[in-house]
Amino acid sequence: MTAEIVYGRNDFDANAAKQRCADLRRRVIELSQRVSALHIGGAFSCTEMIDCIFNGLMRDPQNPSIGDTFIISKGHSAIIQYVILESIGVLTPDDIAGYCTPGGILGVHPDIGNPGIAASTGSLGHGLAMSVGMALADKNTGVDRRMYVLLSDGELQEGSTWEAALFAPSRGLSNLIMFIDANDMQGLDRPSLAMPNLYPIGAKFEEFGWEAAEVDGHDSSAIFDAVTSRKGDRPFVLVGHTIKGKGVSFMEHVAMWHYRSPSPDEYAKAMDEIAESLK
Amino acid sequence: MRNTFAEAVYQAAKVDPRIYVVVADISPAGAITQFSKEWPERFINTGVAEQNMIGISAGLAMRGMRPFAYTIATFSIYRPFEMVRNDVCYQNLPVIIVGMGTGVVYSTLGSTHHAQEDIAVAGAIPNMRIIAPCDPAEVTDAVNYCARQEDGPVYLRLGKAGEPVVTENAEEPWEFGKIRYLQRGSDICVITHGSIVSRALELVDYLRAQGKSVSVISAHTLKPFDSEGIARALSAHKQAIVIEEHAPQGGLAALTKQAAWDGGVRCDLRCFTLKDEFIHCYGSHQDILAAHGLSLQALINGTG
Repeated sequence: MTAEIVYGRNDFDANAAKQRCADLRRRVIELSQRVSALHIGGAFSCTEMIDCIFNGLMRDPQNPSIGDTFIISKGHSAIIQYVILESIGVLTPDDIAGYCTPGGILGVHPDIGNPGIAASTGSLGHGLAMSVGMALADKNTGVDRRMYVLLSDGELQEGSTWEAALFAPSRGLSNLIMFIDANDMQGLDRPSLAMPNLYPIGAKFEEFGWEAAEVDGHDSSAIFDAVTSRKGDRPFVLVGHTIKGKGVSFMEHVAMWHYRSPSPDEYAKAMDEIAESLK
Repeated sequence: MRNTFAEAVYQAAKVDPRIYVVVADISPAGAITQFSKEWPERFINTGVAEQNMIGISAGLAMRGMRPFAYTIATFSIYRPFEMVRNDVCYQNLPVIIVGMGTGVVYSTLGSTHHAQEDIAVAGAIPNMRIIAPCDPAEVTDAVNYCARQEDGPVYLRLGKAGEPVVTENAEEPWEFGKIRYLQRGSDICVITHGSIVSRALELVDYLRAQGKSVSVISAHTLKPFDSEGIARALSAHKQAIVIEEHAPQGGLAALTKQAAWDGGVRCDLRCFTLKDEFIHCYGSHQDILAAHGLSLQALINGTG
């Protein structure tokens, strides 16, 4: 780890992360029995990365108004952020119970103003530019806050993402850390097949002036180590190679789990599999 | 208007370090050059990247800054529309989106550079407010309002350069959200906004020469629209004439008709707007206004 850059934790416990991620996935599957359109697949592909952001990297995530900031640009996966925010006490169990209900505050996509939610997202290709603006304001005002933003690999097909990607290094935004959830699945195809010239992703960002690393996006230690060993003199992107639906065998690599919730039988099987993974 | 805008933003920025100017590869006019020299960290050029201009402006506002996102109107409101809608308006952030060269000011550049339906587009978005000053003095008032307000986004609709000051003897001060009587009469009420006020005043001169007593109203705030003020104005005159450099849908003409209906007012209302057309006329600003039916003679013919 670069000595002068301080993160939320110096000691990242991979076993504890594994337990947390299993708990988070179980919490999401519990919720799936009450609502549809959870986007489970994309939530499970970025579980380890968001867990690492909140439980390893961010400073003071329990105090979103003053601590480091996280934006989930792939807003359809907000459910995983919600359950992490619940686990650290920013959202309450009642907030989660109200998810996608008329009296609740939480919808499928995140809304600014809700506890722990820094930006409203949902339409792809918006999160990076907003993060750049926030990082720029912090840098100019000398505020020691870091911006963490998570994008999907599908969002790398949005021109707006590259407008912001080109701009960020020009202002030396070393306080900007981007994660790419490269689960290689999108609505109609695999990004690597649809747009093969995007790869390797990290090298594209390096050409734009970013520091980049590519890791197994389900390896919590690798995620933590890659970010904490960054040089810190420019924006940093971590490309996490992930599996959509990770953690439940029949959801993995299956596009349908972008859209539907498990049946009672599937629910039981998924819970069993996650429990088994901890043994 | 352009240089006055620049000067007003510069003056506001002197006392408010939260003010940023975010541009997308447009030449800094007037005092914006000075702004960029004095506060280079607060002058952001995103290059030819208008989506980024709006997204970054939203991010700045999310951290408490007060950005003015400034470029040619077609590129400040049409190109990054979804960023305007989602990043700025949905999140209700105090970002000032400045559209320069509105209407058909960029006459010879063609319809890619004509913002002739921008009020309709911007006005349809919840939380968005719209100000269209009629002269440089109103630009200063509008910028001062925008710089100090905390309520949310504003679309500031500007002309180009060289517009005369026409409000120095106005009957009323500028107030956000209220129509402003520039002149008071009793027979005819001419209602307008933006830089086409000059054409409206030419018509007023003609009407007065015909012995008419004419009021002139700057309806500078298109949203929220002063429907009650307009309804009262319609009631108080025998004839009302709306003149605007905007499409017939969703602008002052449509808003005035709606205000008349909602207010239960019946009057002789004549509306002169841009046509609902892309017109392939590559003459001067006056030439294309004439092609849209906004020559002085067309107005005279339509008000008799």
